[in-house]
Amino acid sequence: MIRLTDISKTFNKGQPNEVMAIDALDLTIAAGEYLVIVGSNGSGKSTLLNLVAGSILPTSGTINFDGEDVTRLPDHRRSKWIARVFQNPLSGTAPDLSIIDNFRLAALRTGHKGLRIGVNDVFKARVREKIATLNMGLEIKTGQLMGSLSGGQRQALTLLMSVMDDCNILLLDEPSAALDPRSADIVMRTADSLIKQFNLTAMLVTHNLKDAYTYGNRIIQMSEGKVLHDLSAEQKAGLMQNDLFGWFS
Amino acid sequence: MYFYLTALLLGLSFGCLAFGIYISMKIFNIPDITTDGSYTLGGAVTGVMLIHDQPTYIILPSVIAAGAVAGALTGIIHTKLKINALLAGILVMTALYSVNLAVMGRSNLPLINLPTLFSLISFSSNTDINAFWILSAFVVIIIAIIGYLLKTDLGLAMRATGNSESMVRALGVDTDRMKILGLAIANALTALSGYQITQYQGFADISMGIGVVITGLGSVIIAETVINWLHITFVWASLALVLGGAVIFQLVLALTLSLGVDANYLKAATAIFVLLIVGLPRLTRRAA
Ligand SMILES: Nc1ncnc2c1ncn2[C@@H]1O[C@H](COP(=O)(O)OP(=O)(O)O)[C@@H](O)[C@H]1O
Ligand SMILES: [Mg+2]
Repeated sequence: MIRLTDISKTFNKGQPNEVMAIDALDLTIAAGEYLVIVGSNGSGKSTLLNLVAGSILPTSGTINFDGEDVTRLPDHRRSKWIARVFQNPLSGTAPDLSIIDNFRLAALRTGHKGLRIGVNDVFKARVREKIATLNMGLEIKTGQLMGSLSGGQRQALTLLMSVMDDCNILLLDEPSAALDPRSADIVMRTADSLIKQFNLTAMLVTHNLKDAYTYGNRIIQMSEGKVLHDLSAEQKAGLMQNDLFGWFS
Repeated sequence: MYFYLTALLLGLSFGCLAFGIYISMKIFNIPDITTDGSYTLGGAVTGVMLIHDQPTYIILPSVIAAGAVAGALTGIIHTKLKINALLAGILVMTALYSVNLAVMGRSNLPLINLPTLFSLISFSSNTDINAFWILSAFVVIIIAIIGYLLKTDLGLAMRATGNSESMVRALGVDTDRMKILGLAIANALTALSGYQITQYQGFADISMGIGVVITGLGSVIIAETVINWLHITFVWASLALVLGGAVIFQLVLALTLSLGVDANYLKAATAIFVLLIVGLPRLTRRAA
């Protein structure tokens, strides 16, 4: 469970370009909930995800995971709970490392990166098996550099990498925005099935209202750093796609 | 012929420095110029300890530790105080000048008739051939160690740090720690070149490190050209090419000298040579 209490984030405090990106926000996300976040540009969606991930620290307020206060923990110390997929496919993978090396690091997300060579035949077989589930033909290319793949392929692999190690929370910030429609669809469906299979608590930021309508079991709309609408699973189920369009008119 | 043998020996000695630049510049993507200072530091520590009759098994770890501390300092200034890496390097390099003088006690330490790395084992009665084997063995061991390190889980985290920082942080890696560690390793290697050159040339000098970073850069850029050209992804092969770059670099300098360029202009010739190898590919690409 993720609990944000009275969270605010101000960038460039005290300067002429001061921005209040998140404004006294309260939000509780239950374990296993798949929360979809919509909102216009600059409404604070990415900032919210960055606050949960710890890449930025709040100006005030507290953040709890399963009752544990993580407000002051930096991102690399929250990785035992959180896996992330970024909007830019380049951010979630290391281009100059091979696919298998990227997966090795992902498999150690919560663990110690020590002085042993962890990429062995057993590990390779395990990764190939995982990658084969994508049906993208990438399982025979695990020695290739990540940078040689397309954005869609990289994004799909980033998703798989997130479940290589224990993971409770998956943060998806417009994971398919930079992709062609077909890859976007594969990525969204892969995310959905992994979230169900591993019973993850997930937060998805999207501009695609069709995806917002199709996926997730709760939806919020953000505006100027606050939650404007908040629909529970039942309310979301009764929602019509056109109702969503109405939020933005 | 002798001329080129000397160049080869220098190239082997500068191999470690080139590995250091390869690690800071190519693996961590950090422009580190602590090099000039940590190279001299390696030479100074070697000179003083040789004069005080210390054995190799004490000198070698001391040199490595000294270089590592210098690099770690640059890393700490860069990551914790959020100071630009170039500036952090300049600061440490400048401070090291005084440190090196203090270590040496004066600006030049001749090492005449002292037992050195090169008198440790005798493969051949010819001192140059002997030096060749000792330096080769040394550098092969170093390549094996770094190559192994970069293939371990820790090494993967290091390589990813310079490649995709947002990713490795999300994967639980403290990137500041990695950078400090990386700069420590890079400068420990640089100090090792100071260790070798000091013993090879028979003296340590306070100004031996001036501009030496260019030697490392040039070697790495030569290697990089080949690495990109042949699409090499194996760590060991890349390291071997960096060593090759260091040797080629010294051979070209020797050639320049043999063409009659005044030794006083050697630094300018070095800079122009590096400019050429950096600039030529770009110029030809634009023309194409
Ligand atoms: N690192 C930053 N420094 C300064 N301002 C920022 C930073 N990150 C976001 N902002 C500002 O905070 C507001 C919210 O941004 P963001 O969370 O990225 O919005 P969204 O993802 O909803 O489009 C915007 O006004 C943006 O300009
Ligand atoms: Mg955003």
